[in-house]
Amino acid sequence: MHASQDSQGRLLLSGNEAIALAAKHCGVHLATGYPGTPSSEILDGFQALGGKAQWAPNEKVAAEVALGAAFAKARVMVTMKHVGLNVASDVLFTMTYSGMQGGYVLVVADDPGMASSQNEQDSRRYAEAAVAPMFEPCDSQEAYDLLKVAFETSERWGIPVLYRITTRVCHSKSAVKPVCSPDQMPKDVYNPSIQFERNIAARVMVPGHAKPAHRRLRAKLAEMEAWNNTQGPHRTEMRSANVGIITAGICYHHAREAAPEASTLRLGMTFPLPMALIKAFVAGVKRCVVLEENDPWLATALRAAGLQVESKNDAIFRFGEMSVDRVRRILRNDDSIEPVPPRGKPPELCAGCPHRSSFEVLKELDCIISGDIGCYTLAALPPLSAMDMMIDMGAGIGMGLGLRHVLPEAEARKVVSVIGDSTFLHSGITGLLEAAYNPPPTGHVVVILDNGTTAMTGQQEHPGTGRKLNSDFTNRVSYEALGRAAGFPNVLTINPIRERDVFKDAVQKSLAKNELTLIIAKSPCILAVSHIVAGEKERKVWESNGISGGVKTEGKVL
Amino acid sequence: MKLSIHSGNIRFAGLGGTGVIKASDIFADVVFRLGYDVKKAEVHGMSQRGGSLSSDVRWGVSVDSPMISEGECDLLVVMEATQVVVTQGCLKSDGILMQPSDIDESKLPSAKALNVAMLGRMSTLLAFPLEAWQAALRTNFPEKLWAANDKAFALGRGEP
Ligand SMILES: Cc1ncc(C[n+]2csc(CCOP(=O)(O)OP(=O)(O)O)c2C)c(N)n1
Ligand code: SF4
Repeated sequence: MHASQDSQGRLLLSGNEAIALAAKHCGVHLATGYPGTPSSEILDGFQALGGKAQWAPNEKVAAEVALGAAFAKARVMVTMKHVGLNVASDVLFTMTYSGMQGGYVLVVADDPGMASSQNEQDSRRYAEAAVAPMFEPCDSQEAYDLLKVAFETSERWGIPVLYRITTRVCHSKSAVKPVCSPDQMPKDVYNPSIQFERNIAARVMVPGHAKPAHRRLRAKLAEMEAWNNTQGPHRTEMRSANVGIITAGICYHHAREAAPEASTLRLGMTFPLPMALIKAFVAGVKRCVVLEENDPWLATALRAAGLQVESKNDAIFRFGEMSVDRVRRILRNDDSIEPVPPRGKPPELCAGCPHRSSFEVLKELDCIISGDIGCYTLAALPPLSAMDMMIDMGAGIGMGLGLRHVLPEAEARKVVSVIGDSTFLHSGITGLLEAAYNPPPTGHVVVILDNGTTAMTGQQEHPGTGRKLNSDFTNRVSYEALGRAAGFPNVLTINPIRERDVFKDAVQKSLAKNELTLIIAKSPCILAVSHIVAGEKERKVWESNGISGGVKTEGKVL
Repeated sequence: MKLSIHSGNIRFAGLGGTGVIKASDIFADVVFRLGYDVKKAEVHGMSQRGGSLSSDVRWGVSVDSPMISEGECDLLVVMEATQVVVTQGCLKSDGILMQPSDIDESKLPSAKALNVAMLGRMSTLLAFPLEAWQAALRTNFPEKLWAANDKAFALGRGEP
């Protein structure tokens, strides 16, 4: 980790870097996840510090791999962005029942204001719905400190813990004083004997086992609330008795700046809420204001508990991030229209990006383009304006099929599903199966944009690149073989830049057929091209050494 | 005009790929090593694909919010001329604007070094010891770029 350090051993770290360092100092055995802004740098940071970190094909798989490890008493950390938790929610909602024997922390990064996301959903609702305790650090120091408390909580109650961070916590840098330097380990580091002990009733969640597990979970919740009231990681700071602010996360710092005289209650663990502690704080101030980003979740919970608290005006402040200006406005009940900041220049596809060429061709052919998420979503913006829909990862294939099923034939023939390579492996494979299983009368055309990387989130490896998070070579999935195995009769791989005409011709002919066609538009991301080209050369050596069977795990072959 | 070195708010702005984040990292490094409390905020993601980008650095004895409020910026350092209009609203009434035209770009060792030249210019407004700037530049760049950066930094300082 390259970080500036001052003479007192403090480091200037982003929240993500602080979590990576904390994971090391907590003795995390395995960290896994799927990239997603603003969470992506945590795993790279952990691996750079010598931790075992890996990218999973998607968040659900990551959460499941971690669960298996935690069943054997390992400490595990899973990272993802807020929408990733939608994908991992299936395992979340039942692993709170089963619990686990090791420590399990799921880091989820919310993006209020949608700096780089398709929605601004609020992960706190998952904590409540799945009954998972939740921690919310407010800056890098707390992101470092609370991770240990989160693991201890997880281990004490045998429960997965949600660690909610937000864009400004993830990507802001502030001072961190770690318990020891990054290259050392604390003396009291967690060090259990990793082993599997059979307990079928605890881990096989059939109704007969899940019914008592649900009761156990509710009992744990009551115990955790009692603990949180007396020993939870909160800070009550009494200043003026006129105004008190209850908050968590980055809003605490905005509040301190906007109203230095106000008393504050900063919650470090927000589910289950320490209601007794909160009640005592509310009773000690004349006016009590709840400050939170996204949904009015905290305010609603406090009001349901009968507390008289003021909340932000959700007609205005439910949208976007909190800021010092906004806190000032909320405190003076100023509901006037906020000034609109001047619009900056929107991002665009890099010059020479292979996606540009692919979408130009589809536009020339007047296609209806069912798109997906990645750099290539920028093709939806002018001047290209060549994507007609984008909702969630993997949806491009399903939505395209739906259109094909109902549109009149001439229109149906224009529909193409376009999906990035990482997105395809994340959640497009099931779409391919759907196409083969329920093919529309006009067939369908699916284009995988294989640029050899997860470009959008900072060029992470994935199962199609044949490299792991630490750059080691590993198995590489074949899109062609997947397509054929699913039942696609036509599978083509074409370079959309160098073989632009061939690509255009192939799409045009496929649209005219009543068959399923998978086209792999293969051309490297311009920003990753040197890494990809160098990797190809090294890979040949690796493969010729006869170790391409997927067994090699350590070290790079050069 | 000189700026206080004991606390301040500086916003770096430009387009993705113009060295905005790097410049703010280096500057944050300078103040942090001198023992100040520092906070730095920026937004990653889509904004990197050539879109507008800004990064705030705040320092002092103690800093709360990592973001600079509108109208509270002491110094705005813009790396790309078109971005002046969109960002200058953040400046205090007596805040200072620094832009590419302040540097003789034809004399830069490479166009990429503009951010370092801007840091050089900043060093004439903020009286931190020169060694602190130098040290931060050294740790944030590989050795092969040191000579070019020294040139760019000197150019920004107006030294021959
Ligand atoms: C469930 C979910 N997880 C993660 C993300 C963040 N994310 C958006 S697109 C993307 C992957 C993009 O990679 P790829 O499909 O290869 O396209 P590229 O950017 O390389 O063009 C990721 C990780 C998301 N939007 N939703
Ligand atoms: S980062 Fe790569 S995939 Fe993304 S726009 Fe640039 S060249 Fe295209």
